[in-house]
Amino acid sequence: MIRYAIQRFLGAIPTLLILIALAFIMIRVAPGGPFDAEKQLLPEIEANLRAAYHLDEPLVQQFGRYLYALIQGDFGPSFQYRDHTVTELIMDGFPVSLRLGGLAMLLALIVGVSLGTLAAFRQNTPTDYTVMGVAMTGISIPNFVMAPLMILLFAVYLKWLPAGGLGDGGIANLVLPVIALALPQIAYVARLTRGSMIEVLRSNFIRTASAQGLPMRTVIVQHALKPALLPVISYIGPATAAIITGSVVIEQIFGVPGLGRYFVQGALNRDYTLVMGVVVFYGVLIISFNFLVDLLYGWLDPRVKY
Amino acid sequence: MLLSVLAACGTPDSTDHTSRLLRGNGAEPESLDPHAVRSEAAGNILRDIGEGLVSFTADGRIVAGVAESWTISPDGLEYEFLLRPDARWSNGDPITADDFVYSFRRLADPGTAAFYASLLGAIVNAEAITRGEMPPERLAVTVLDDGRLHIRLKQATAYFLQLLSFPSTYPVHRDSVERYGTDFARPGRLLSNGAYRLQERVVGSHVKLTRNPFYWNDAQTRIDEVIFYALPDNMAELLRFRAGELDITSAIPAGSFARLNRDMPALLRVAPYLATYYLGFNLHREPFAGNRSLRRALSLAIDREVITQRVLGNGEQPAYSWTPPGINGYLPPPVGYEQWPPGQRLAEARRLYREAGYGPENGPEMELRFNTSEAHQRIAVAVQAMWKEALGLEVTLVQEEFRVMLQKIRGGQVNGLFRSSWIADYDDPLTFAEVLASDSATNMTGYNNPEYDSLLEKAAQEHNATKRYALLEKAEALAMEDVPLIPVYHYVSKHLVASRVGGWQDHALDYHMSKDLFLIPEGDGRQ
Amino acid sequence: MTNRQEATRAADTGSDTAIKGRSLWSDALQVLRQNRAAMAAMIILAIVSLLVIIAPFLSPYSYDFTDWDSVSVGPSFSSGHIFGTDALGRDLFVRTLYGGRISLMVGVVATAVSLVIGISYGAVAGYLGGKTDHVMMRIVDILYALPFMFLVILLMVLFGRNIFLIFVAIGAINWLDMARIVRGQTLSLKNTEFVEAARAGGVSTTRIIRRHIIPNLLGVVAVYVTLTIPQVILVESFLSFLGLGVQEPMTSWGALVNEGAQELENAPWMLVFPAVFLAVTLFCFNFIGDGLRDALDPRDRSR
Repeated sequence: MIRYAIQRFLGAIPTLLILIALAFIMIRVAPGGPFDAEKQLLPEIEANLRAAYHLDEPLVQQFGRYLYALIQGDFGPSFQYRDHTVTELIMDGFPVSLRLGGLAMLLALIVGVSLGTLAAFRQNTPTDYTVMGVAMTGISIPNFVMAPLMILLFAVYLKWLPAGGLGDGGIANLVLPVIALALPQIAYVARLTRGSMIEVLRSNFIRTASAQGLPMRTVIVQHALKPALLPVISYIGPATAAIITGSVVIEQIFGVPGLGRYFVQGALNRDYTLVMGVVVFYGVLIISFNFLVDLLYGWLDPRVKY
Repeated sequence: MLLSVLAACGTPDSTDHTSRLLRGNGAEPESLDPHAVRSEAAGNILRDIGEGLVSFTADGRIVAGVAESWTISPDGLEYEFLLRPDARWSNGDPITADDFVYSFRRLADPGTAAFYASLLGAIVNAEAITRGEMPPERLAVTVLDDGRLHIRLKQATAYFLQLLSFPSTYPVHRDSVERYGTDFARPGRLLSNGAYRLQERVVGSHVKLTRNPFYWNDAQTRIDEVIFYALPDNMAELLRFRAGELDITSAIPAGSFARLNRDMPALLRVAPYLATYYLGFNLHREPFAGNRSLRRALSLAIDREVITQRVLGNGEQPAYSWTPPGINGYLPPPVGYEQWPPGQRLAEARRLYREAGYGPENGPEMELRFNTSEAHQRIAVAVQAMWKEALGLEVTLVQEEFRVMLQKIRGGQVNGLFRSSWIADYDDPLTFAEVLASDSATNMTGYNNPEYDSLLEKAAQEHNATKRYALLEKAEALAMEDVPLIPVYHYVSKHLVASRVGGWQDHALDYHMSKDLFLIPEGDGRQ
Repeated sequence: MTNRQEATRAADTGSDTAIKGRSLWSDALQVLRQNRAAMAAMIILAIVSLLVIIAPFLSPYSYDFTDWDSVSVGPSFSSGHIFGTDALGRDLFVRTLYGGRISLMVGVVATAVSLVIGISYGAVAGYLGGKTDHVMMRIVDILYALPFMFLVILLMVLFGRNIFLIFVAIGAINWLDMARIVRGQTLSLKNTEFVEAARAGGVSTTRIIRRHIIPNLLGVVAVYVTLTIPQVILVESFLSFLGLGVQEPMTSWGALVNEGAQELENAPWMLVFPAVFLAVTLFCFNFIGDGLRDALDPRDRSR
């Protein structure tokens, strides 16, 4: 186990380096620059800006400069938010996204696994169809429709919850964005759980267990759930990395200061360093979560060997 | 009703008597350093926390700011400002002429890399300094004594005072800048000189301002706290307004005007805004290079009334001229066909189209480019349909990511037309006229008419305001005859303003400073 | 075909499960036919597809005809606009059906692309394991993290706008989840008795993957496919945002729902009709997927 972990850690370094190099090239060769606007700057002003951000140097030198700073933990200054460093922007946004995304994922796991298990037990009955139908609304109705609908209902008409912002950090402000984030995830988790739970329930060892007269609850919790979660866990790894780094749609609709909009706004603004920053950050999370998933495989299913 | 909403949100301070204004502010401000900004979102906040040598009233007239008076030499080149003795920074330090000299030098300095360094372009040596050819100390802004500042221009500039009310010309506090460097514009560090000062900033969420007790005119400030929310999604902003979480919106969502005008007409504030939406031709390439008849035919075939009334429907004005009417008293010259009935206009369009060598069967191949946005898309689809119906022309619509499109336009690679817009920088027709000058960085069509350039040059030398406008009118008439672009409509600014907010006035550049507003204590009329 | 020979050879190795491979598809069809929900979903989907194909014959309006005198008009039979019109006076019924053409095509083709790449990649990585798996999965990690918007912008710079690019761009991202799920299942399957038996019997790696691993994965895959389709349909409208997807005046369900969401309260019909078509279609795929899952479940057939 420890050897495996070390091996994975060492493997992460070249992975990250390749990611950084590829992303750097992609971002830089894309047309358009960080200072473009409908009101074109005077050539001398643009030249000053390019010099201030070292964009006038050869690309290789810029990459070297970037890498050198990165090794020291410095993501560089943002091109768009000129008085902020990328590190500051990420460190400000991540806790917010982590809280929203973490809660949403937790909610999705609890609700999704329960719904999926229930549906599996009542396979092809009206209960199954109803439960799965409800779960499916989360992906059939995209969140850019769902979120405004929820605000309209719960904030504008019923006035139960605030329409947006984080307020003083209370729970009321989290309810709607967390649910909006969780809904599609519930659909994924429920569908995957249902599918594999049905397979597991049909397998020999579960049949043996129930034939021995063990109560159904025990059978599910002690025997069926773990192997049935395998595909769910495969999905959850990258999905968690994605959801805790924020969602641009949810952040913009609820006015939440998370990390998600930097992926999109950063790209639209050609904020080179900010995009690099979130890409590297997200890359580290992806690699870490997929490592955790691989460890979980072994725990969920003793047959798994690498 | 408001109290119950606030209670439900658990918003703190809902019981104390601090008056607080909640403003939707569109995009996230990129910075609060006056020299590092160019967005309206940043400008709105800076106008609340800072003040230039001159300021403006709620309806846009220039008034005294940090300078309580000034004199201009008869040749229009020498400006002398007398600063208020009671003008102070938000920590109580007095503001001196030295502060302005430092700030203007910093703005012009190439090392600052300020977006709006060009604002100082009229001052002697400013351009050379920004190009890095001269040290900033050579800027012709000098201290006469602590309370007197002198500025020398290289050329009389009719609108120079207006530029001095622009946020990038606000003073920055020397000690803070030297101590904190580029990060000085943060809560706890930023010293400013406006009616408010920076209390809190959460990137992606809001900026909170509190009243600045050291502001020279603090007695007139009526609202204690202002929060600017970054809400780039207009629909989300509208929802928050309706939930009672905003007093003022930065805009209204496209297509919502009719409904809002029905549901909450008293809260809707629509006013002319000095900006023109246009379709630009790529004059570097076929089929438009040297083909004026074609360009004119395409312009005539667009029914601007339909676009403003049916497609947009927010009170926008059909645009036939480049400059919006009424910019500081300037009236653009008529192009002739504004009043034509549709039949005559289309007949002339068809005639010109044939004259250009095309017909319903053999139209030119071209694209109409627009950057992604619901509104641009609608206009593009409408224009496409109009050309198809009137001329039998099939134009291909190309939606593109904004900066990709800008790069193509600037490289002269657009195959056909592109949509763009121009928003006035200051309240003078020159802000539009200079766009079409052949050496202008913002001239995206490639329009190059030496006669136009020389008319602009003459206008710049002209001291008599009436004669200057006459020259600008002549230039515009010439350009509109050449049709380097198709003006489509003149903008309006659109806000929802809660009925508890008083003091709101229309402003041609859409500037609304919080210090001019007040809250009406009784009741809350949000709908 | 060679099915029989292979099955015989597999049987010779002593594996009993491989025999099921022989009749996998015919068995599956049998099971699927008995699944009422899946059959109903197939019929509805067939109707939707038919409507979408014959769209132009169903209405007097064309998808790009703008009627300035009936802008944003609600649904009415008397005007002939049974779904109402959009903000440019275009008939929404015709546009919804036309939109379905693009969305169904993108949904099916792009999903198929991600399916093929995802299954083969994931099964190979999982089965081979060790260093190969490690390298292959780190490539997946890199692709996850690359900035998607730049990828799309660059694809367009390199290849221009092209309908096939939509499939490439979407397929390039959507196979990643599939590959990871398939690999996870493979890791578990490769140590089951029947695979070990086949391996011991000298069956080649390619054959084991094709005959033993993949058929046993298809249940999970069928479920995940139904989750990929909605993703793909919505990503398509995001691509038009970057200039890659369908261009106006042509449209897609994703684009229509996007537009409709902006008009939520102004003209609810602009959202409701395309959204209902989209949701119904996704539900159909969902139930078909479940039916397929049941049908492809090897354990199910041992009853």
